[in-house]
Amino acid sequence: MGKKILMRGNEALCEGAIIAGCRFYFGYPITPQNEVPAYMAKRLPEVGGCFIQAESEIASINMIWGAACAGKRAMTSSSSPGISLMQEGISYLAGAELPAVIVNIVRGGPGLGNIAPSQADYFQATRGGGHGDYYTPVLAPASVEELTHMMVDAFDLADIYRTPVVVLGDGILGVMTEPLVLPEPSKRLVPPKDYVLDGAKNRAPRTVMSLRLTPPEALEQHNIKLMQKYREIQSKEVRHEEYMIDDAQLVIVSFGTSSRVCKASIQMARKEGLKVGMIRPQTLWPFPSGIISELAQSDRVRAFIDVEMNLGQMIDDVRLAVAGCKNVYFYGRTAGMLPDENELLEKIVEVSNECCLQKA
Amino acid sequence: MNVVYKRPESLKDVKLHYCPGCGHSIVHKILASIIDELGIREQTVIVGPVGCSVLIYKYFECDGTESAHGRAQAVATGLKRAQPDKMVICYQGDGDLAAIGTSETIHAANRGENITVIFVNNAIYGMTGGQMAPTTLIGQKTKTSPFGRDSQMAGFPLKMCELLNQLQAPVYIERVSVHDVKHIIKTRKAIKKALTYQMEGRGYTFVEVLSMCPTNWGMSSVNSARWLQEYMTEYYRLGVIRDNGAGEDAK
Repeated sequence: MGKKILMRGNEALCEGAIIAGCRFYFGYPITPQNEVPAYMAKRLPEVGGCFIQAESEIASINMIWGAACAGKRAMTSSSSPGISLMQEGISYLAGAELPAVIVNIVRGGPGLGNIAPSQADYFQATRGGGHGDYYTPVLAPASVEELTHMMVDAFDLADIYRTPVVVLGDGILGVMTEPLVLPEPSKRLVPPKDYVLDGAKNRAPRTVMSLRLTPPEALEQHNIKLMQKYREIQSKEVRHEEYMIDDAQLVIVSFGTSSRVCKASIQMARKEGLKVGMIRPQTLWPFPSGIISELAQSDRVRAFIDVEMNLGQMIDDVRLAVAGCKNVYFYGRTAGMLPDENELLEKIVEVSNECCLQKA
Repeated sequence: MNVVYKRPESLKDVKLHYCPGCGHSIVHKILASIIDELGIREQTVIVGPVGCSVLIYKYFECDGTESAHGRAQAVATGLKRAQPDKMVICYQGDGDLAAIGTSETIHAANRGENITVIFVNNAIYGMTGGQMAPTTLIGQKTKTSPFGRDSQMAGFPLKMCELLNQLQAPVYIERVSVHDVKHIIKTRKAIKKALTYQMEGRGYTFVEVLSMCPTNWGMSSVNSARWLQEYMTEYYRLGVIRDNGAGEDAK
């Protein structure tokens, strides 16, 4: 095991990316992720990589397209408004099946919003985000260490499934300093890159494109192929953490930073004898619907509370998984206001009373 | 037997989708023949635009990629930085390069990316059916300037070569035309020079090619060539605007 070090999230994620083999970073400054381009500007030249401060997020994501065409591991990072600007490019990458890693250190919105931590880009991240029939895998870390390790995972997923992958953090994860052990380079096998545009030497010319005009069914066939790929991702790549779930009668579903507040509230509730546990999705898409659905159908579990740093976005996915079997309640704060462990405890007690949960 | 004419090897033997009298076919053939001449087909990557020449990758025996509307030079930046030994050529129209992609154009040029940009300016949007382009001439009628382009409403036609000439980094900027044989030969020379400079690693090279769009101009091919000569070259002056390589060669 590696040495324990202390790093800020925005900088640690860069080290994770470099360990994953990322050598190309294109990005545009935006708070609260400014340490990412600053760190990459200094660090990438040391490892033979290339950093460009692009003229916009739009240019950044399209530079990624270029580096991806060259078969290189490339990434960009931004925060909410900047990610909105990248959506056209992400849609194109999905259509052309090019790998890319996009880090979103989410801030408050809509609009210019504010620069405080938020999880309000859940919908955008998990529903494709841009135009057309597509999804992107979305990884949701809850600590600086997990953020760093997920960068390695993100590059693997991008190459294995030839898809843009989103790492969804928030302003707290980005600027918080925590102890961590850096990840090891991945041992996962990635398929050969037979699409790389490195000159048609001793082979037929290759084309990278998302346009499929003819025959009329060409795009539908391509989209069905993409959907099969997405089904495969859903069957193989769902990740979640279970916390005190074995005897839980009340199940909290929460991701990222807000899940840490939940852990504190769960510990407090447990002291009062309330059997509360948590499912923490580590992949937001594919969503861990299976485990939630299983719990919803068990006689033991009485209700769910969805906790987010927004006004209720993931709750749609929770409700789809619960499928009406149990009530799903919501607690959240938004736009930079953080969930409070005492307020959440009150909610837990309120729901427990309403659902007649037995005390231990 | 002495071969005096043949299809460039870099140009696929397929039917092009361009309208009769359109300049794109001419520019494609020139580009393909220069790629042949310089022997760079196996190291070339062509970045296409969105516009009439969106399918350019279907016509060249080279690797090629699409790019989102206006983003060709950002894509080319990523491609070239990732593989500096490859030849990266952007082929863009006036809407792609001078309207939606102005920012990418100026910044790629300003960074001095070692790429070659072929800018085909026909003063109109072709693929979408003849709307006003940033390069549409004053008074020119289009679908979206039905009474003729009015500078009060729509500003003035953008001179991209002159705009880029304000920047320090570009090494070569020239405006040429394909309306007659004499100018086609000059276009060949310009594109060859631009690609040669890229091979030599000199930096950003930009060739604007004035070109005809008979379909959307509503003219015959012959009249289109005349109109280009008469009106376009009057506003868009042909010639070398910058050639940093020329001085070095003379030394």
